[in-house]
Amino acid sequence: METLRVMIVDDEPGMRMGVQRALRDYRFYLPDTDCDVGFEIIEAESGERALELIHDTPPAILLLDHKLPGMTGMDVLERLPKGEEDILTIMITAYASIEIAVKATKEGAYDFLPKPFTPAELKYSVKKAASRVVLARRARDLAEEKRRVRFEFIRVLGHELKAPLAAVDSYLDLLQDRTLGETVGKYDDMIGRSRTRIDQMRTLIIDLLDMTKIESGTRVREIEPVDLVDVATSSIELMESRAAERHIDLNLHVDGPVVIDADRTEMDIIFNNLISNAVKYNRDDGTVDVTIKATGDGGARLSVADTGIGMTKDDQAKLFGEFARIRNRHTKHILGSGLGLSIVKRLVTIYGGDIRVNSTPDVGSTFSASLRPAEPEDAPAEQADDADGDAE
Amino acid sequence: MTDAAPTQGKTILMFDDDPDFLLAQKTRLEAAGFNVVDVDSSDNAEQLIRETKPDVLVVDLMMENEDTGFTLCYAAKKLMPELPVILVTGVASETGIEFDAATKEERSWVKADAVLAKPIRFEQLQADIEHLLTE
Repeated sequence: METLRVMIVDDEPGMRMGVQRALRDYRFYLPDTDCDVGFEIIEAESGERALELIHDTPPAILLLDHKLPGMTGMDVLERLPKGEEDILTIMITAYASIEIAVKATKEGAYDFLPKPFTPAELKYSVKKAASRVVLARRARDLAEEKRRVRFEFIRVLGHELKAPLAAVDSYLDLLQDRTLGETVGKYDDMIGRSRTRIDQMRTLIIDLLDMTKIESGTRVREIEPVDLVDVATSSIELMESRAAERHIDLNLHVDGPVVIDADRTEMDIIFNNLISNAVKYNRDDGTVDVTIKATGDGGARLSVADTGIGMTKDDQAKLFGEFARIRNRHTKHILGSGLGLSIVKRLVTIYGGDIRVNSTPDVGSTFSASLRPAEPEDAPAEQADDADGDAE
Repeated sequence: MTDAAPTQGKTILMFDDDPDFLLAQKTRLEAAGFNVVDVDSSDNAEQLIRETKPDVLVVDLMMENEDTGFTLCYAAKKLMPELPVILVTGVASETGIEFDAATKEERSWVKADAVLAKPIRFEQLQADIEHLLTE
């Protein structure tokens, strides 16, 4: 329930009373915002009094009689504070005067209500103004929320970049001061750690660029038939050496080519992220099973299953958000950008599909996604955040 | 280190979940003549304190939880009231939450004798350790 303050400015007590009576218990439902709107009425008997009251408690809607004993309604209109929170003014005129109407419009009056009017006419006019006020407020709140999310993203991003920099910095200091002596070999551990942290920064920056490309919708997508088996095969090749270090088997289960209309780069991003996660969060000697199936209508289903650390239901709920990397004793030595799954989710959404995770702690996780073929490319890529409430 | 004799061989027990912080600080401290035991989680912290009988404890605030360090400081002071404790934190730069152990009152609720903000300068850590050891 949204309650809007309405101020009636009229020197006739009967008129003010009439407005009170008509609007006091009036409510209407605004479907666009899914809320009821009601009113709180304040009365002012003169233009001077109205300006005082507006200063202290600005109304959302001002019902302003033009003909007042001291300053006129037009005078009041001219003196209204031109603040951020706009006041919508409905001018009440005793007779239809084109001259006043034109002047009032210039001064920013929103609507006119000719005297005499019925309660129904008053309600209609106020409802129109109120809908506009509420919708404008919602739009402002939404913009504010978007800005807040953006700042939060940048704040976390800054921290994610600062931490590896600080680590590398501290190792370089040690090297520079020859803390362990002149033998280079003594610093191997630190050089290795530095490399790891630099790799982490690089991954983060690449993910960030991927994300920006997807989000901006400006990247030229090349939609063509893409064989997902081929995509998965190159992705597996890419991860093979890292998997081999930890004796993790990478298996691909397919019945033949699975061709879908898609942008190859986007398919690469999806498979690379899912398969590299399956390796990273696996246990030594574990397995990764990648399965791809055509759905018969030009789409595809894929799943990537690992035998890794798994996660709790709570963790699963957070998983697809930005920087949602699950931090616990199993993951603290695993480096990730925290953006991979968020990117995958955006892409899958662009392809009209969805992505789910099924996971059991200490047993493993299975990510399953469905993809619909992309439309031939003439319109720019659909903004992922339109389809996906939590993305931004 | 010409005048570091009283601190030579003293044992520093250091808790931090950041392996790079541990490796870098341990290397420095050992080069400065300290004996360093580094631990990357607060599991079995009390047992470790009992076993290593450290001369100084260095604790990171945010480990498994955002306030793991506070809990650990509290437990350490309960176990060994005279043990000097340095709390290391990235909180101030990350969240804007600030606290210190500059006054007696602050020390009484933080349960630490010094607070260092990350990124820390090694010289500052060393100076605090030596100060607490000779106090």
